[in-house]
Amino acid sequence: MTNWIDACSSDDIEAEDVVRFDHERRTFAIYRNHENQYFCSDGLCTHEEVHLADGFVMESTIECPKHSSIFDFRTGVVETPPACENLKIYATKVENGRVFIEV
Amino acid sequence: MPSRDYNLLGPDAQNAVTNGLVTENWYKTPIPRQQIKALMRRSDQPALRDTAILFTLMIGFAVGAIAVGQSWWALPLWLAYGVFYGSAMDSRWHECGHGTAFKTRWMNQTLYQIACFCLIRDPHCWKFSHARHHSDTIIVGRDPEIAIMRPPNIPALLVIFFGIFDFFNGFKRMFTHAAGNILPEEAAYVPENYHPAIFRIARIWSLIYLLTLIVAFVLQSWVPVLLIGLPRMYGCWHIVLCGLLQHGGLADNVTDHRLNSRTVYMNPISRFIYWNMNYHIEHHMFPLVPYFRLPELHRALAHDLPSPSHSIFAAYKEMLPAVMRQIKNPEYQINRPLPATANPYQKHTSQTKAKN
Ligand code: FES
Repeated sequence: MTNWIDACSSDDIEAEDVVRFDHERRTFAIYRNHENQYFCSDGLCTHEEVHLADGFVMESTIECPKHSSIFDFRTGVVETPPACENLKIYATKVENGRVFIEV
Repeated sequence: MPSRDYNLLGPDAQNAVTNGLVTENWYKTPIPRQQIKALMRRSDQPALRDTAILFTLMIGFAVGAIAVGQSWWALPLWLAYGVFYGSAMDSRWHECGHGTAFKTRWMNQTLYQIACFCLIRDPHCWKFSHARHHSDTIIVGRDPEIAIMRPPNIPALLVIFFGIFDFFNGFKRMFTHAAGNILPEEAAYVPENYHPAIFRIARIWSLIYLLTLIVAFVLQSWVPVLLIGLPRMYGCWHIVLCGLLQHGGLADNVTDHRLNSRTVYMNPISRFIYWNMNYHIEHHMFPLVPYFRLPELHRALAHDLPSPSHSIFAAYKEMLPAVMRQIKNPEYQINRPLPATANPYQKHTSQTKAKN
């Protein structure tokens, strides 16, 4: 069943940035890319349990703050090692200035 | 006296997990997101400039050395060439391995591959080894890149200034990989899907080194091996000189980089060769900050870090007596006071979280 969660205000995230969102003992990363589109993935890197919200966003990629693995957050695909597993991603929508994620 | 086993497959590897040292919970100086974002920003320009200077100098020294032939004047020219090959390439390997030197990914990759070849370091194995060094910095049994083990082996430490161990170890690994095998300790941190690429690159490199030897033999000249291969030995002293200071004499088995890493102010030539890795605490705390912004990061964190050593000489003056004491007492370590503005040192917690 579709479950849309109100995660944050669209203004809470700058262009080319990411914020952390914790919900029911889960943690997510919510991104805004250079084209002002919003995306969401699991909050932890697939290599070690590091919060991606401390990482660096360039266009539509997130670079993990620990060992610099790069993920495309539109698809979740890992592009550089040492992470080997893709990120799980979630649908997002923006309504009335709020960002919703589908979990 | 408790002994230390640095083997990645030894009992201290498990002890580190049991003692809660394998954790993501490393101390980080709090810094506003806006500020750290600005510091992580990438640019191609500084590394393009530095790379152009580096290769111009290398070509210039090599051409000069060949031109003066058998004269004694060739010696300083070869030594200068060697330092850029054997030492500057190490810092290029490091920075490009982090993906932070250039903004453009293929530029990072290209320089990384060249540096890996010069250092006879497989590009994949060392990516994973260095990742482990960042996850478990100076954790005994976990960190594969601990330069000064306890108790220190002084003759072995002197030998590494001549690159002898790294040179032969590099070739041993390369030939092992070229034969389609992985060393057992590498298997501990390199995923299997990377093995074919590791074997492929080792075979290509073996061919290049073999060709270099053949050319040297045909020409009856040392020049080919002075250009390719041997500078890994005769030019590595500068990276060793700087690299030993990164963690030497400081704490092990802690989860606060202020306790196990050292920041040293250095002269501009050493900083060019070393690509600002003298800001070592800062680099470990925020590895996504490119080398050319580390001085700025250093200023931003200064209130929370122990004061830096003011020169390479001053850092050795601090480190060497501690290393000598560790021969008899491996538990000895340097404890540096923090400024009054700093958060206290972090005592590691007992929560464990091993991923690999
Ligand atoms: S924790 Fe993300 S790449 Fe290692």
